[in-house]
Order: sequence, then structure tokens, then C-alpha cells
Amino acid sequence: MDNSILLRTRRALAVLIALFGFILPSAAFADALDDAFSKLFANQFSQTEQAIVDITAASPPRGAEILDALGDGRLYIDPLNKRVIYLTPAGDAFDAKTGAKVDGVDGLKKVRVNNGVRNALEAAVGALSVGAADPQKRIHAAQDLFNNPNPKALAVVDAQLAKEKDESAKLALEQARAAIVASTPDASAADATRAIAALAQRGDEAAKNDINAIAVKYKDPAIAGAAKSAIAAIDRSLFAWGLAQNGWYGLSAASVLLLAAIGLAITFGVMGVINMAHGEMVMLGAYATYVVQMFVPASMADWSVVLALPVAFLVSGAAGVVLERTVIRYLYTRPLETLLATWGVSLILQQVVRTVFGASNRQVYSPPFLSGAFHVGGLEITQNRLWIILLSGAVFAMLLFVLRATSFGLQMRAVTQNRRMAAAMGISTTRVDMLAFALGSGVAGIAGVALSQIDNVSPNLGQGYIIDSFMVVVFGGVGNLWGAALGALTLGLANKILEPIIGAVQGQIVLLVFIILFIQKRPRGLFAQKGRAVEQ
Amino acid sequence: MGAAGALAFGAAALSTVAARAEDTIKVGILHSLSGTMAISETTLKDVMLMLIDQQNKKGGLLGKKLEPVVVDPASNWPLFAEKAKELIVKDKVAAVFGCWTSVSRKSVLPVFKEYDSILFYPVQYEGEESERNVFYTGAAPNQQAIPAVDYLMSADGGSVKRWVLEGTDYVYPRTTNKILEAYLKAKGVAPEDIMVNYTPFGFSDWQTEVTKIKAFGSAGKKTAVVSTINGDANVPFYKELGNQGIKATNIPVVAFSVGEEELAGLDTKPLVGHLAAWNYFESIDAPANKKFIDEWHAFTKKPKRTTNDPMEAAYIGFNMWVKAVEKAGTINQDKVIDAMIGVSVPNLTGGYATMMGNHHITKPVYIGEIQGNGQFNVVWQTPGTIVADAWSPYLPGSKDLFADWRKPLSCGNFNVKSGKCGS
Repeated sequence: MDNSILLRTRRALAVLIALFGFILPSAAFADALDDAFSKLFANQFSQTEQAIVDITAASPPRGAEILDALGDGRLYIDPLNKRVIYLTPAGDAFDAKTGAKVDGVDGLKKVRVNNGVRNALEAAVGALSVGAADPQKRIHAAQDLFNNPNPKALAVVDAQLAKEKDESAKLALEQARAAIVASTPDASAADATRAIAALAQRGDEAAKNDINAIAVKYKDPAIAGAAKSAIAAIDRSLFAWGLAQNGWYGLSAASVLLLAAIGLAITFGVMGVINMAHGEMVMLGAYATYVVQMFVPASMADWSVVLALPVAFLVSGAAGVVLERTVIRYLYTRPLETLLATWGVSLILQQVVRTVFGASNRQVYSPPFLSGAFHVGGLEITQNRLWIILLSGAVFAMLLFVLRATSFGLQMRAVTQNRRMAAAMGISTTRVDMLAFALGSGVAGIAGVALSQIDNVSPNLGQGYIIDSFMVVVFGGVGNLWGAALGALTLGLANKILEPIIGAVQGQIVLLVFIILFIQKRPRGLFAQKGRAVEQ
Repeated sequence: MGAAGALAFGAAALSTVAARAEDTIKVGILHSLSGTMAISETTLKDVMLMLIDQQNKKGGLLGKKLEPVVVDPASNWPLFAEKAKELIVKDKVAAVFGCWTSVSRKSVLPVFKEYDSILFYPVQYEGEESERNVFYTGAAPNQQAIPAVDYLMSADGGSVKRWVLEGTDYVYPRTTNKILEAYLKAKGVAPEDIMVNYTPFGFSDWQTEVTKIKAFGSAGKKTAVVSTINGDANVPFYKELGNQGIKATNIPVVAFSVGEEELAGLDTKPLVGHLAAWNYFESIDAPANKKFIDEWHAFTKKPKRTTNDPMEAAYIGFNMWVKAVEKAGTINQDKVIDAMIGVSVPNLTGGYATMMGNHHITKPVYIGEIQGNGQFNVVWQTPGTIVADAWSPYLPGSKDLFADWRKPLSCGNFNVKSGKCGS
């Protein structure tokens, strides 16, 4: 923490003391602090929580550092000398009471932290930094107060609201104030009305609870009416946003399905090869991400996932070529044997990876742009899912381009439609087979990079996706990219619509039954292939 | 051949068996080294090899060396039964240490009964079982799930009033949640404050489920999630929790199947404060634990390899078996099974584990918080050790049942109402 922030926090502390009416003579102040510290020695969470309240109230010169250290697990008790020590992030030790630097202390015991202590800290730090200079900090503090409303903090919030210039900070503070009012037993009717208006604007479940908490306290029909209409409005908007959120989840599920299945749409579609090792190509891509991350210098760590995309494509593509050259090409006319052989290959690949990397999960780093979420209205968008949707769209567009606009794509389509005729026209079908297989496997590798962000990087990764991938391809219509896209979208959305209604397990069963019935009716999927090849 | 000849032949056959038996005592290790369960079970195989190696360095058992026989049932449940039979019949092992999932244990049960052999089962499970041939060194629900819920209901745990029971769809979560639901209702929790939810094995798209939990948790009452989610599905679950910003201070998650090993594939910084309930944590400060961890690192030659709760259960089970064999002075199954009850050995957390008459052991219960470094920090523990209930008193079918393999009862499911053995 740099000095200016310290100064400001200290000023905030001073304001707090003034407002809370805890102006103490310095001797009493030292006593209060001793009292607070003695509670830390009890080594009980409830006592530590009390100590936090007392430290905030006593407001010693280093209060913010002490509370910060406690939150980060850097606050220690020294039972031998009966003193409290805090470490700076750099590791220097200071006496919490006197602020003197201490050297060479033994037998320190860490002050333990649990969720109750963290909540108490949040409330205390929230009240302390409501007056911070940085508007982001003020908003954060207001949110902390909203979650841990403390009637004593009302005065601080009001003081800040009176001079607040930043619009979003004002909004957050107003909501924090409303939550505080909701938790105060004897707030005025004017405060209650104001709180309901602020909460109605916030419009989420938490706001609804606070409105309810206010409504039960007042007999006034005006307040009850306002509360009722606010809750009705919140319910309506929550319902609408809930639908939109589900739609988003469906889209996201579809994008994952599409990424995993689209490579299969090429290998299965073009060559009719049932490649049970497709999932392992995905798994290899995920491990490629892990390996790239190990070799990328720390300064580039955030970009290792991006760097992994081409690497994973090449690794899985190469594995695909080897598989095609050594196993599959001898079995082109025998689909059943292909199925068994590739299944065997999938087991071999899993065991190889297990032997090389170990059976336990590998941790793939998620850069900041792939973690967390942001809000669009009432919609919560997680960033990793957003990027996966974009990646999936980009891969789809790229494959469409390759198939439609390159000579390789033309040859591939020719081989798909009529293998013998294509050969007669001078197309090397074996070369096309090999390249198509490499392309399909490479795309699976890219899917692996994406999955490393949302799933386990373990030898079993691919197994979880192989069934779904075949489902998408068969449902969409073999040999058709648009079919795969539409298939993925239908299955993803259907899954996410069914899940909240009948649960994940039953949803899956219903979906499988639907696909069985659908395939009975339309054996060739959504987009049936036409042409002579089909009749063969 | 006359009678004398037959006798002589018989004696010769006996003496060769005796000669072979004199060399070593064989110990079977029945853990999956390939397939989906390899992630968890490989570690237990390694720990068994280490324990056997250490015992041999101490001079073996009954003056003989121990010889591990490792087989790989490949996460395939019927194969567990086949491999168990192979260990008992072909290798003639004195005892088998193995299994992880309940379904694998159920699969080998008939084999151990038929050949009257001994199985040590080192994993926490749903209870509702007590077999003469099996010794359960993992936790029963009242040694893990119920204390965890008690903790969350206490002021220290946040006085939780609303509960999400989230599990993978198979026998362990379903039974545990049934017990927990009955227990919570007995404690006065209203049915609308309990949400039970199941997802398939290996579930990876947790978006909807986490949103559901969030909505359920914002009803104004302190809410917690009790997770019996199985191995592979945990990483995506916790990633989604982190991404959707569910912090432990708002809605804590207490897990029964997440240990140090499962956290290895995760960045735990967004998860600080979420909980797990076990009978052992690697971070517990006890001399026995420190010694064990050092030996483990030296044996595996990996100075960072984690230890976990089932490893401690395997450690306790092996030491109990060694002590029982020494007490009985033989590896004869019947005598060892009888000698096992009452055997007491140190656990790794500074206490003792005792084998009770229902073939389960006494255990302390710890609640640990996930830390930023992938370890757990103990925030609560039971004052002493807890005796396992093989049959839960909270389930209608099992509350009248009682297990005690000591004579004269010698029964795993004695019905106290009807007064008969066999429910």
C-alpha cells in the first residue's frame, strides 16, 4: 500500500471515529486497543470477530494495516511477549501496538481466519474505505456494505453521499444505504420509502429480500404498496432476464458441443470413418496447452492460451495423420473394425498420457481475460464462455471458408460426394483422406485448448465429449458443417431449457430419447446428404 | 494307491504349501491403475507399496518378508471381482487392500465372502453395510457428513439456515443426502429450505446449476452447499463458482469428496474459504504426519506430491492388519478377523484409531478451509474421535439395525426390533 492511500485510509478512520462518537483520550485509546488485542489471544473465531469491531472502534494509527494483515493471514500473536505482530507483504515484522519494527521473533502463532472473520473484516473495511479517493474503491466498499449491512455505518454513508460526485458510486452508496436501512429496526418512514426506491432500481434477488425486510416493519399502507409494486416489478424483470440467461447458457453449451464435434463432422462426414479416438485428439490439445504454458516465459503467461491454439492444432493434426496412415487407411472398407481399432487407439492414447503426465489433473492457467464475469443488465456473462463462443464461431467460419473457397476444399467435397469419380478426375483420394483427417483432428486440438479453460485437463477429458460429438454429427446430418452447427445449437439449447425444469440427469435422458426417435424418423439427420454417394 | 500312499501324498503336498508359505507373506493391492479411477487409486497403490517396504525394512511380519501383489482392475467393476478372485485363489494373498468406489466394493464382496478372505477398504462411503470380511477404515456418514452440517449450523460456521445438497447421481451421494435430509429435518429445517440436486457423472457445464444455487441462496437466509460431487466434475464446478463470483463468505460450499489431490488441477485463489470435511488433512501439524509426509516424498521421489485422507485410511488399515496378525500369531483369516476388533494404532493426526465391533474405526473429524496454495487450513475439529455408525439412525430402513462381529452376536445387520440377525 503506498503512503497516499494509507493517509487517506487514516483520514477515513478519523472521520469514522468522529461519526461513531468514539473520541477517546489517548490513554483510554491504548487500553481499548490492548483490550481488542487480548481477544486475539483467545484463538477463537468469535473473539477475533469482536476484536475486529473493537479495533475499528479504537481506530489506532495502523488500523488499516492490521486489518489488512489479518485478512491476508499476516497477523500473528506472540504468546511469549504478549504482543501482536503483523508482517508487511514484503515480510518485515512490526509490533501492531507501537508500530516498532521487530527482529528475530520465535514462536509466533498466526491469527486464524474463517468465513465469519472475513465477513466481519469486509464490513469493517467497507465502512473504512467508503470515503476513499478512488471511485472504484468507494463502489467496492459500498458493495461490501450492501452485503454486510451495519447500522453503525449509516452516518459514514450519508456523509459520503452528501458530497459524492461520481454517478455509479452514488448509485452503489444509495443501495448500500437501503440495505442498512433494511437491517435497522427503527428507520424512519422517509428512509424506508427512499430505500425501496433504490432497491427497486437494483432489482435483484438480494434487493427483493431487503424490500421484504422493510415491508414487514411498517404498517403504513403507502410503504406496503410501494414495496408490493417494487417486488412485482423485480419479479417480472428477473423472469425475463432469467430466460435470457438461459438462452445464453444454451448458446454457450452449443458452442462447446460444436467445437468438439466439428472436427468429427469432417472425418466422419468425408470419409465415413467412425473415429472413437476423436475425444483423445481433444485431450491432446488440452495437454498441448499445458505444455505450452510450461515453456512460455512468465511475462507472456497471459498469452500462453493464445499461443497454444496453433500448437494444439499441429500436435493433434500430426497425431491424426499418424493414426490415419498407420491404422485407419487399412480399414476404410470395414467400418466395424475401424470402430474397434480406433477405440483401442483411444485407450492407448489415454494410458500414454497417463504414464507421461501422471493420472492427476494438470492445472492450466486462466489469464484475467478468461476469468470472472461481467453484467449486461441482468445478464451475467462469464468471460471464458464468451471467448469460447467467439472461438467456436471463428473455427466454424474458417472451416466453411476452407471447404468452400480453397481447392483442397473442393477436392474434399468431390471425394465426399463420389469417391471413385473424384479419383477418375485425377484427385489423389488417399492424400485428401489424410489431409482431411489431419484437419479434423487439428480442429479437435483447438477444442482441447478451449476445454482446458472449463474442464479437467486429465487423460479422461476426451471421453466426456465423444458421445455428445457423435450425437451432434448424426443429428445434424453426416458430412454437413451447417448440419453440425444447427445440431449443436439445438442440442445445447434443448439441454439448457430442460435442465432448470426437470434437472440435469432427467434432461439428458429426455434428450437421448428424443434423438433416438428423431433418427428413426430421419435416419440421415437434419440435413440429409443427397447424391449418388448416398445410395452406395 | 493305498491309504498310506494317499497320506504320504497329502503330507508332501502340505509340506510344499508350507515351504512356499514360509518364504513370504503376500499382500494383495487391488486399485485401478488405468481408466477413470486411476486419478485417485494410483496414489493408494503407491502408498501401500511404501508401507510394505517400510514394514520389510523393520523385519517384515512374523519373521517373513511381505510381498506386494499389484493387479489393475482398470476402473471396470466386474473386473474388480475377477482380479480379487485371482489374488485370493492364485496368489493366495493374506489380505487385500483395495477398492475406491462403492460399486467396486459391492462387486468384490461375494468373492471375499466365498473364499473367506479379508478386504481393507480405505475410502469414506455411504455406510449401510457391515461385512465380516471387510474392514472399513474410511469415514461413515456420521464421521464426515453429519459433523460438517453441525459445524455449518453452529455460530462459528455461519449459522446456516438454508441448504443445497448437490451431488453426482450415484449411490454415495444419494444415500448421504438421504441421511442429511432426514437429519436436517430432525433439526427443524423446513423442507422448502432444502434443495437436493443431482448431476450426471463427469458433468462439466455447471452454468445453470450454479445460477440455481445463487438464486436459492439469495432468499435472505444464510445458505450453504453440501457437495457430494464426484472427482472429475469438481474442477469445472469450482471454476464456475469462481467465475460467477460466489464467494465463501456469501455461500460456503462444504465438500466430502474434494481433497488435496482434487485441488491440484485448480487455481484455488478464488475459492479461499470454501470447506471440506475429512478425517485428515495434509496441513495438520502433528509429528506423525510430518514423518509420514517426509517418507512419502522420499519414497515417490516427488517433493511436492500431496497426501490425502484415503492415504491415511490406508496407513491405518495396514498398521491394524500388521498388529492383528502379530496378535493372532498367524495369517489365518478367521483368527486375524477375530483379532482385528479392538486393535488400536496411531493415526496421522496425533490420536489413535481403534477397530470397533462393526468393523469400522474411530476417527476425529476436521473441517478445513481451502487456502490460496491448494492446501486446507483446519477451522474446526471434533473434541475427540467419533465411533462410526455402520447403520444410520436417520434412515427408516436402517435405524433398527446394529452390527457387532464379536461373539456371541457375530452379526452385521442385527435387527433390534425383531431380535434376529439378517434384518
